[in-house]
Amino acid sequence: MPQISQIAATYASQIFWLLITFGLLYFVVGKGMVTKIVSTVDAREQRITGDLAAAEAARAQADRVEEAWRIEMDAARNAAMAETASAKAQAVQSAEQQVKAADADLAERIGHHELAIANAKAEALATLETVAAEAARDLVAKLSGVGVTIDQAAHAVREVRAHG
Amino acid sequence: MAAAEGGKIDPMHQFLIEPVLGRHWIVGGYDLSFTNSALWMVVTLASLWLFMLGGMKRELVPGRWQAAVEGFTGFVSSMLTSNVGPEGKRFVPYVFSLFMFILFANILGLLPFGIVPGVHPFTVTSHLTVTGVLAIISFSIVLIVGFGRHGFHFFSLFVPHGTPPLMIPLIFVVELMSFLVRPFSLGLRLFVAMTAGHILLKVLAAFVVNGLNLGGGYIAIVTLPSFLLMIGITLLELLVAAIQAYVFALLTSVYLNDAVNLH
Repeated sequence: MPQISQIAATYASQIFWLLITFGLLYFVVGKGMVTKIVSTVDAREQRITGDLAAAEAARAQADRVEEAWRIEMDAARNAAMAETASAKAQAVQSAEQQVKAADADLAERIGHHELAIANAKAEALATLETVAAEAARDLVAKLSGVGVTIDQAAHAVREVRAHG
Repeated sequence: MAAAEGGKIDPMHQFLIEPVLGRHWIVGGYDLSFTNSALWMVVTLASLWLFMLGGMKRELVPGRWQAAVEGFTGFVSSMLTSNVGPEGKRFVPYVFSLFMFILFANILGLLPFGIVPGVHPFTVTSHLTVTGVLAIISFSIVLIVGFGRHGFHFFSLFVPHGTPPLMIPLIFVVELMSFLVRPFSLGLRLFVAMTAGHILLKVLAAFVVNGLNLGGGYIAIVTLPSFLLMIGITLLELLVAAIQAYVFALLTSVYLNDAVNLH
């Protein structure tokens, strides 16, 4: 096994060249390059964390805006509904009032007309009695030649009407 | 890579260390030759550097390559965070270098560079000297962090909570032994896993080649089954390459957790 049998002859060269190459490797690659690469990775991770935090903040901000918008919309909708309801109530009320006023007006006018009709009827009846009394007087005068006054005739007519 | 000596293929030859271009550099009595092992360490470093270079665009939205590189750094840094805690981030450069060096060395050793004439692949992590040094570096960092942070209080690591006073000396010795064994188990595990896998692949490859040389019925009963088995073992070895790198890095971060947080 050369690793053992050659060890006395080669150990110095092996150790010497290993220390040179591994030393170069450690200082150039390990200390120089790896440090830079690790810092690049760290910077990238930091950037990603920062970006994620910013995105999270933006999302929270958007949520807040949406919440505010929602509250505002709710308030506006409620206000609109309240306004509609009050307008509807007002409309109903005013319609009722108008109907009521119209009813009253109609009732009043009907009353007037009924009164006029009653008056006309009474007047007609009175006129009818007078006409009947005059006709009775004339009939009496023509048939019996007895001259009765108009008052007597009227009285007689009234009596006949009362008894049917 | 395969030293064919009279039809015999030596599965150990792949681990042989020899200077590139056959030159030895002796510095102060030590042989510091640029060997094939050193060459593959440099290849590992270069390919890892190239791989990492693709991840340096530092764009906000990563491309495929950048995402792959960031996947590896993220893997190591999350491993440290879950084992050590937030303080584990300090060790990302070291554990990342360790994990990627072992991973790239393991996988480069498995790639079929041998089909290119003159290129001999070599698995750096199949050598005890290499894995041992990496284990000792990890263990030293644990010791430095542990004693630097807790001083002599670090020894309380060897006395778990709720130990009866009578048992403290015994438990202390047992825990100290298990602590001191860590660098050996860390280094040996990777070395043994890599060596065993490569020997197995080479033995199977020898079966394939020898069966082909014998020809006839041997191809059907030796070459074909060995080749099918090789495909499976190669896939398994790719898995082992990743798992051993992961185990090395994971145990290092577990030991670092002991050093940083005690128990």
